[in-house]
Amino acid sequence: METFKLTVNCQQKDVTVDPSTPLLWVLREDLKMSGTKYGCGIAACGACTVHVGGVPTRSCVLPISLVGERPVVTIEAMSNDTIGRVVEEAWESEDVVQCGYCQSGQIMSAVALLKATPKPTDKDIEESMGGNLCRCGTYVRIRQAIKAAARQLG
Amino acid sequence: MATATTPNFLEVNRRTFLRMSGAAAGGLFLSLHLAEPGHARQTPKAQAYPPAAFIHVRSDGKIVIQVNRLEFGQGVQTALPMLLADEMDADWSQVIAELAPAADVYSDPIAGIQMVGGSGSIAHSFEQYRQLGASARAMLIAAAAAQWNVMPEQCRTEASVVYGPNSQSAKYGELAESAAKLPVPESVQLKKESELHLSGKNTRRLDSRGKCNGSQKFGLDVDLPGMKVALVAHPPVFGARVKSFNADAARAISGVRDVFEMPLVRGTGVAVVADRFWAAKQARDRLQAEWNTASVEHPDTAQLFSKYRELARTAGNIAMTRGSAASMDSIPSSKRILAEYEFPFLAHTPMEPLNTTVRFDSSGAEVWAGSQFQTFDQMAVAEVLGLKAEQVTFHTEMAGGGFGRRAVADSHVQREAATIAKRLPGIPVKLIWTREDDVQGGYYRPMFVHRVDVGIGADGMPIAWRHVIVGQSLVAGTPFAARLIKDGVDATAVEGVADTAYAIQNFYVSAHHPEINVPVLWWRSVGHTHTAFVMETLIDELAMRAKTDPIAYRLKLLSPDAKKLRACLTLLREKTASWRDSATGNRAVGVASHESFGTGVACAVEVSVENKRPKIHRAVIAVDPGFAVNPLSIESQMQGGVTFGMTQVMPKGAITLKDGRVEQRNWDGYTPPYINDAPVTVEVHIVPSSEKPTGCGEPPVPVISPAIVNALSRLTGKRYRSLPLAEI
Repeated sequence: METFKLTVNCQQKDVTVDPSTPLLWVLREDLKMSGTKYGCGIAACGACTVHVGGVPTRSCVLPISLVGERPVVTIEAMSNDTIGRVVEEAWESEDVVQCGYCQSGQIMSAVALLKATPKPTDKDIEESMGGNLCRCGTYVRIRQAIKAAARQLG
Repeated sequence: MATATTPNFLEVNRRTFLRMSGAAAGGLFLSLHLAEPGHARQTPKAQAYPPAAFIHVRSDGKIVIQVNRLEFGQGVQTALPMLLADEMDADWSQVIAELAPAADVYSDPIAGIQMVGGSGSIAHSFEQYRQLGASARAMLIAAAAAQWNVMPEQCRTEASVVYGPNSQSAKYGELAESAAKLPVPESVQLKKESELHLSGKNTRRLDSRGKCNGSQKFGLDVDLPGMKVALVAHPPVFGARVKSFNADAARAISGVRDVFEMPLVRGTGVAVVADRFWAAKQARDRLQAEWNTASVEHPDTAQLFSKYRELARTAGNIAMTRGSAASMDSIPSSKRILAEYEFPFLAHTPMEPLNTTVRFDSSGAEVWAGSQFQTFDQMAVAEVLGLKAEQVTFHTEMAGGGFGRRAVADSHVQREAATIAKRLPGIPVKLIWTREDDVQGGYYRPMFVHRVDVGIGADGMPIAWRHVIVGQSLVAGTPFAARLIKDGVDATAVEGVADTAYAIQNFYVSAHHPEINVPVLWWRSVGHTHTAFVMETLIDELAMRAKTDPIAYRLKLLSPDAKKLRACLTLLREKTASWRDSATGNRAVGVASHESFGTGVACAVEVSVENKRPKIHRAVIAVDPGFAVNPLSIESQMQGGVTFGMTQVMPKGAITLKDGRVEQRNWDGYTPPYINDAPVTVEVHIVPSSEKPTGCGEPPVPVISPAIVNALSRLTGKRYRSLPLAEI
């Protein structure tokens, strides 16, 4: 067990865990932030996507020992993020969610896309969202919501 | 799940009646009770939780509605409250929908158990929720009328307010307590369609915000004081038992509390209990377990297909006969198509891994689970713990998808959780099936082989059809068997063929159900996953041979009473007229149509081949679900359902076994469609209808795969009869 100092959603957090523990489980079990989801544990589905140092990252395969000083931002902070709020509103407006389990990760990937590429094309969307699985198949509305958010932010 | 032809599959059909549950907890509680001897006359006590009622009109004006089935994406948590609120004239912005816990009162009115499946939510509870709403409204009006000394007929309601004839008004919240003291009306008049203001209108989901900002709790998010996490090492071959295990390395992991052998529904396993998931996972990875696999059958995909193909050459148990089976023999081979189809095992892999939390102590047990079968799962936990079902408080948790995977008659996940919790009295235990457990753990859509002999008449239409279906029964050995297996034929294996809407004169369908050591389960749209593929690709092949437009051919062949499919195909033809015939060059259009669970769906896709895979540029759906309760939700079910259905055409869309062991472990080996694989657009058109509503969760699934390969056949001239789809 080892103690790590994290910055999560602009707050300092100390956690004492096994250094191999993935960031996902630290967020969910130690910090009680359950908005970030476990789907596969092998970075195959994107349900666990968070931003680490501003980069969309699969938290299920990132050991806590490798986070370092990079700030971690999760779905819980998106309502207070300029782009995050617009994306969440677009998601609601387009009625994107079905079961909703993958949508934290979808939204984190979409926010990262729109931060880097304010006017994404279909190809940009496919590249940035291509690793986020949705078994309900909400992809058509995800595309629409990203485009709606881009217009809103434009 | 379950077939449209046999809705009441448990033979339970109790009369229901409304009952008011008193005002003890404040406000109006309206309940609905099942007329059952010894049960019916109890005076229920109103409780805030577990709720004794469907509706709780709180004094603050909030209207809390209990939803009698699991929400796992299909939108029922919005649609059923819409129906109720509409009849009640409730202020929609004040409606709170909750998932009801397990209780007899929340049973599906047709099935007789608390469950979701068979696309039955709206089909079965449409009247029920409207009656609840209309009854509550009548009681609120009666309370207001008494207060104002006017006749109820002189009052009207709007947005949770009762208005009297002399400008009186009272909010529902203010009337709730006095309304609760009034008798429940014997009968109520439901609104005419023209009077509905919510139902039939695009309505956004009630659960959207929480699912967009991370605050929605799912079963896996249950967190209780002192809770432990459990994983189970399952046998590498289904049903095998632990020979020996060394837990020293596992126990050495910090945070591991217990490691022990335990019975499973099939074979035995080793449970690992820890403070946290990661400790449990590391411990399970380090567990050195030896298994006795010699005594169980080692299923093997290649061998099974070979055995199934052999079986398909012989007639099975008869599922349907019409006309003369021998008529085929007089048709020359030049006028016949002999087609053999192969379908692999398919896993559901809902996004939220399977899980259940159980706390057991001397007074009873509490369960938290996203369950499609609350009744069975509650009973199973009670059985494992030596309790009565009513001693088990069963919370229905929001579930991250399911597609049938949370509708398991043997309740194997809940049994595992209860078995572990029994050993740790007073401590809540959350059992998690990792994705690997899920992919490798069985309960798949069964493998199937179909062998079909089609005889073609002079006009190019089929005049004889001989069809053999080989695959495991989904319901053998379950409580559903008595209802769904007849004359050795499991209805869920032949639905979509035996009851085809195509009028084929000489028609003969039989089935074999080999017993194989692989647990199987209904997969969203059940038998139609494979039967629609066979029927719709063959019909398309016949249309091509006849050089007839695929929509025209289908319309010609449909029986006169196939009204929904006819309406769908006609609407599809109209909506695709501008581009369907003009697809040229590297693009082609494929069509398929199929009715399942009472809902007709027709689909056209525009497809090209890119990187040896089908690229779906657009899909257009015409659907006839009767009266469309929430068109916005129907559209999303169609869009999502076709994408889910595409799982079976994905290159890695198969579960395979070699020498008893599942060859895939996770989504790297069993890969469903991602955004790049899904259609870029899915346009949905709903046939206008005032007919009784039918479900929309499953019916889009069957049409997409045949539509795609029908387009491919037009591009390549080849037929595609084995799934998953190999390189084009």
